[in-house]
Formats: sequence, C-alpha cells, structure tokens
Amino acid sequence: MANKIKARVMDASKIRRIMYRMATEIIERHRDLKTLVIVGIRTRGIYIGKRIAKIIKEMEKVDIPVGVMDITLYRDDFSELEPQHTVQKTEIKFSVAKKNVLLVDDVLFTGRTIRAAMDGLFDIGRPKSIQLLVLIDRGHRELPIRADYVGKNLPTSRREIVQVQLKEIDDKDEVLIVEPAELG
Amino acid sequence: MEFHQKHLLGIEQLTDAEILAVLDTAESMAEISTREVKKVPTLRGKTILNLFFEASTRTRSSFELAAKRLSADIVNFSQSTSAVTKGESLRDTILTLEAMNPDALVIRHSASGAAHYLTTFCRSHVINAGDGQHEHPTQALLDAFTIRQEKKNFKGLKVVITGDILHSRVARSNMFCLQKLGAQVVLCGPPTLLPDEFRSFGPEVSHDFDLALEDADVVMMLRIQLERMQKSFFPSLREYRNLYCLTPERFKRAKKSAIIMHPGPINRGVEISADMADSAKSVILKQVENGVSVRMAVLYLLLGGKDREAAD
Repeated sequence: MANKIKARVMDASKIRRIMYRMATEIIERHRDLKTLVIVGIRTRGIYIGKRIAKIIKEMEKVDIPVGVMDITLYRDDFSELEPQHTVQKTEIKFSVAKKNVLLVDDVLFTGRTIRAAMDGLFDIGRPKSIQLLVLIDRGHRELPIRADYVGKNLPTSRREIVQVQLKEIDDKDEVLIVEPAELG
Repeated sequence: MEFHQKHLLGIEQLTDAEILAVLDTAESMAEISTREVKKVPTLRGKTILNLFFEASTRTRSSFELAAKRLSADIVNFSQSTSAVTKGESLRDTILTLEAMNPDALVIRHSASGAAHYLTTFCRSHVINAGDGQHEHPTQALLDAFTIRQEKKNFKGLKVVITGDILHSRVARSNMFCLQKLGAQVVLCGPPTLLPDEFRSFGPEVSHDFDLALEDADVVMMLRIQLERMQKSFFPSLREYRNLYCLTPERFKRAKKSAIIMHPGPINRGVEISADMADSAKSVILKQVENGVSVRMAVLYLLLGGKDREAAD
C-alpha cells in the first residue's frame, strides 16, 4: 500500500507569503546585513535559503552569500543507517568566521540534523552567531534546539511524515502530511 | 549508492558502478582536506591497523591521513620492528593483532594474494594496499580520479601504461579499472617485462614506445622494480632508458592535451626524464593529493554504516 496523504498544509502562494514574512523578520533583526550569510542544509534547505536570499536582495539590494552543507559525515545515527549513505559535497565558498550564519532547513523535527550542521560549521570556522530558519517546525525535539524563524508550527504525531516539496526539485511547491503505509 | 563489498581486495571484482561510487564519494571528501580543521567525526571509535610488510612512504601515510581525517584511530605496523623478525608466521601475527579488536586491516605484502588470504580467517574489513605483483586497488582508484579530474570522461581515452608491467600491481589494477570505465588501455614495455599473455585481459600490447605514444591522452610511467627482479630482464639500464624513458621529444607524439602520470617513487632519468616529471603536463603530485581523498572514500564506504553481516 502506498503512503496516504492526510492533509495538504501549504500550497505555493502560502509558501511564498511565508518566505516574505521570514525574510522581513530577518531584515528587521539584522541591523547590518553585510555580516549575514546563509547556509542551507541539503537538500531542500538549499532552495529555501536561496529563495530567502533572493527576497532580501529584492527588498534591501544586498547580496547574501548562500552555501551548502551536507551533514552526512556528522550524523549521530551513522551506525544505525543502512550502509553507504551517500556523501555529497559541502560547498561553502565564503568564510563563516565572524559572520552571523543563518542555517536553513525545511523541517525541524528531533533537532539532530541541526546539531550535526552546527558541528560541521564549527569545523569550517568560528561564526559570530548561528541562527536557525525552518519552513516547518513539527515538534518532538530530542535536543535543546529551537528555531529563530519558523514558517509554521505544525503539530504532528511521530509516525506521520511531513513532506516539503519545492519547485526546484519536486515540480511544485507544497507541504503535505503523509501517513506511512502499514507495515505488513 | 552502489557499493556492496566487505573488503577491497582488487579492482577485478568491482563493477564500474562501484568504481564510480568511490570516485563520487572521493569528490565530496576532497573538500575536507581544504578546510582549516581537516577532520570530520564520521569514523570516530573505529580502529584501523596499517600493516606494511613492505617499504612504503606515500601509501602508508596516505592511509594514515585518510583515517585520521575521518577521526578513526590508526595503528601503524612495519615489518622491521615487529615480531615477524622473530619468526612469527603471517597468520599468527594477524591473529594476534586482530585479538585487539580492530575494525579494518590495511595490508601491503610482497606475496600476491596476501590480502585475500587474510579474509579467510579475519573478521575485520581487509583493504589491499598492494599485494606482490597482483593488485593495488587504491592506486588505480586515485589514478582514475585524477584522470577524471583532468579529462572529465573515460570513454575513448587512450591510456598508455609503460614500463615494468610484469612486476607491476599498479599496471594490473589500472588496466582493470580503466577498461571497466571505458578507456582504451595500451601496455608498453620490453618483451621480457611484458609477456604477450597480457592481451588476454583486453589491452593492446606494444613493445615500441614511440608508436604506442601516438595520440595518447594519458601517459602513465612505471618504475623499474629492481627489487623484484631475480634475473636480468634487459641488458642495461642505459639501454632501457634509450628505448622506454619518457623524454620531451617522445612526449610530442602524444596529444597536445596529454597528461603524465606516475605512481611513484620516481627514478628520474630512468623511466622518466627529470624535466618531464616536473613539467606542467605532469599530474604526479596531484595523484598523491587525490590519494588521501580516495582512501577516505574507501574507508567510509567499507566502515561507514551498519556492518554488512549484521544488516542482513
């Protein structure tokens, strides 16, 4: 049996409005946007990060550099994963030292991905500060981590799956709550 | 990802998809060596034994750095300072070391098949770092990685491997690797060091270096391994040099875009002239640099994730 779609939480226009709201919040909170850099967590964090940077450019005419972080090598559930979780490139072409780094991910869940991403960032340099932006916060944290900018708080049960789809790789913009198929 | 091996014993048993999986992973690993903190925590808590029963500088230190950059603990072992000199057998030495619970054994040995022999009684992952005249898989993988960096693609490339093919595990591994990836391999050397039987593996065999070099994309030179020669295979080093040394003059026969490779150690003035080794076309030092990334990829693919047996 295939996974069942339980709810469509966001569509394209809602995602767009939320991006604008979060970009505005970022501009409000950063007196000097020149020290701001964005690091998107693979895969969908990259595209959310790029969209945020584009909106900030539109509104404030400032170019915010966007880097890409692959956290595979920093996972704490490494030995529980199936063998050969594909490692992809981390591509941060700018220095993060003394910068205000905005980490971007699609869904905030246990917080372990963010922990791994922060460890990775510190290996690259010592940022002045790290903030976190997520499109969806679905709860169930296992670590003391919270987001600074949240698109939407979405209470879920642990077994549900929150699926963020973005035009850049999934053809359309939407957020779904999916019920996994019963295991036989 | 496509990599389903417990050990890395040779290139011969890998699929082209598995070779490409190593190269792609190495691509991601390369970035780590450019950071200020050249270390990721991925293999924390894993122990690797570096067992070198033959002299080596680059391969041993390359494996050591690769392990350290992935946060694994690595212990170096060399024959000259070990109990082997007191008459202990290879099997007993390995069993003793394995009783200390390592996760992987990296072995270089002068006997062909030594790495495979270890897998018949060891629990650990075994990585062949060169066994006699048989294979040297990580060298072939780093060579392929370097070629891909320079040429983007393997299809249609003409790779000429020249020198002491008979004794060269590097030549064997490269021949398997490059042919699987779609390149055309030409082996070249004096008949005494390049028996005709090599044709049965698929490559072209040539005894005329000048002819072989025509339109080559990659020129790979091999060291004359005097230590493996129990009898004389050619009249004199001088004659060998006259016929098979890569000189600027000879190199003109290859394509303009051709690159020069050598697995090292180099004997300047024997198989390659000094100005060729240092020329802009030479990627010899890039090979060394890429060796660390490729070995990181191999360690990650073998040791990362669930134990294969436990996963089944």
